[in-house]
Amino acid sequence: MKHSITLGKVSKFMGLGFLTTFKDLFTGKLEKEDFKNFLRKVVVPLASIFLFIGLWHAGSKSLYNIEADFRINKALEEQGQVAADAVAACIALGEDSSCQPNTLPSPAQVWGSYKSLLRDHNIISADKAAFIEKTAVLNEKRVADGKDPIVYTGRPSFVDQIFRSLQTVFAGFLLALLIAVPLGIFIGLSPTLKSSFNWFIQIFKPVSPVVWYLLVFMIVKTLLIGSSEDSSFTISFISVGLCSMWATLVNTAMGVSSVDKDYINVAKVLKLGTFQKIFKVVLPSSLPLIFTGLKITLSVAWMVLIAIELLAQSPGLGLFVWEEFQNGANDSNAKIIVAMFVIGIIGFLLDRLMLTIQNWVSFDKTDAI
Amino acid sequence: MSTIIENKKTEIITDNGLFPSNDVMLDLKKLKKVYPTPNGDYVVLEDLNLQIKKEEFVTIIGHSGCGKTTMLSMIAGLNPISGGNISVLGKHIKGPGPDRGVIFQSPSLMPWMTALQNVMLGVNQVFPDATKAQRNDIAKYYLQKVGLEDAFNKRASELSQGMQQRVGIARAFAIKPKVLLLDEPFGMLDSLTRGELQDILIEIWNKEKITAVMITHDVDEAIFLADRVVMMTSGPKAKIGDILDINFERPRTRKSVLEHDDYYKYRKHLIDFLEH
Repeated sequence: MKHSITLGKVSKFMGLGFLTTFKDLFTGKLEKEDFKNFLRKVVVPLASIFLFIGLWHAGSKSLYNIEADFRINKALEEQGQVAADAVAACIALGEDSSCQPNTLPSPAQVWGSYKSLLRDHNIISADKAAFIEKTAVLNEKRVADGKDPIVYTGRPSFVDQIFRSLQTVFAGFLLALLIAVPLGIFIGLSPTLKSSFNWFIQIFKPVSPVVWYLLVFMIVKTLLIGSSEDSSFTISFISVGLCSMWATLVNTAMGVSSVDKDYINVAKVLKLGTFQKIFKVVLPSSLPLIFTGLKITLSVAWMVLIAIELLAQSPGLGLFVWEEFQNGANDSNAKIIVAMFVIGIIGFLLDRLMLTIQNWVSFDKTDAI
Repeated sequence: MSTIIENKKTEIITDNGLFPSNDVMLDLKKLKKVYPTPNGDYVVLEDLNLQIKKEEFVTIIGHSGCGKTTMLSMIAGLNPISGGNISVLGKHIKGPGPDRGVIFQSPSLMPWMTALQNVMLGVNQVFPDATKAQRNDIAKYYLQKVGLEDAFNKRASELSQGMQQRVGIARAFAIKPKVLLLDEPFGMLDSLTRGELQDILIEIWNKEKITAVMITHDVDEAIFLADRVVMMTSGPKAKIGDILDINFERPRTRKSVLEHDDYYKYRKHLIDFLEH
């Protein structure tokens, strides 16, 4: 039997089944039955997106008006009619940021900020490229002389922050994986270890990311004492890992301890050694549960990352949001909303990524949700 | 307890009704199984004695819950013995081991492995000194024997129940056990597939002559496959109720067995016991 890879298969595999319907629409393969499907999978979601944007627009408009009225009334009460008129004129003009209502930005403003962030990124990367080009010759000489090369130390762009956040989350995720999976296997295999670790898991699982951060901060700060290196990245990725590893730990332990009794009996009858039993029987059979755990871990890691970056002052989306909030510029609120959407979309993509890997390694193709 | 002894192949029986010890492959002596419950001990098996000769095929029938599977898993070493002992070739068993191959009721294949890998799992374990190619040949040979030459590299999860159980048969024979234990291996299959698999099983068995103990609910299956049918009394405290020798010649075909004059006599004997 020959397996061919088609767009339909791939997109279904990745949980993006609606793409197939989309393709059928353009290739004219749509039957009557498919039309219903198309309505449900494409039209209805699109309509709900428009509805969402509409509500958002109306909501932000009314919030804007509340703020504006409040400011005008305040000026009227405190400084009289002339001042109130001046404030109203200033708001209507929309140029001076000091008199602008500071509230939920409208969808249009957010879109504008998104474009300005991209422009900003283009400027910064051009700047960076120019800098690298300019210093290339000098750096070569410095390296030859045994000195450190000069690196670009300018402000990171929004896109740089995204990549920095992704780095942190993957480092944290990897740490969680390296701790939780082996530990989970040991706990799942041995009832003694299970009962000795249970209190530990139950107590530390619900601890908030903020507290984890503080704990890691206490330890890493002392460990790196005297070192001039910036420890914020280390602290934040360790905190992310420790926060998010619990789902994997619990799921791995559960998967390993609940392997089908028949498989264990087969292993016993064949007298497989411990090593073989773990790698040939126990691990493959608990992979689906381990991956469910890893999926939760990755999404938790991404969720707590923002809070931890913010606390650790580690560059990334979290810090970006915090700085914009502190900044209080005219478009700060809109930039925060842009970051919110970026965070949401990346979270969704990470989830799909894990689902794809899970489908790929799992033996039971129907199992994954 | 009336034992019909009319098997022309069964030769000498010693004074105490036992077989000479060098003929015995599997010996169950005063076997007892007790499950402790909050309301006191529940005795599943008590004072169960059974001898199975080399190259003998024994089927065990009895009502559901009488302790057949308990007995079989005790022989396999998967269930601890509460009293008495079980010995293979005169040696008391200690836990499970590949000298007693098991074909489980559910095929129990590792679904993430291919048919070949499933068989190899056992072969690698039993023939660690053979070369990789030799081991591969052994596994492939038995898979061919069960009619799966086209499915070596299919994942177990892609195979039908019947095909999975074929792999189970190949896996059990490939490790060349001294005793083969079959726990209602065809119970979950439809009757057509069951017939096919019985034929495959008996064909391989005719070649290998591995001492076999098989639990079944199916009276016809019990007669068709066995040299002796062991009937167990209903639990609790189940023991051997009766043993029926089946004197059909081997190799047998389903047709010749069904047409044999003794067939209905045997069948009636078993059904009378079960309905008693």
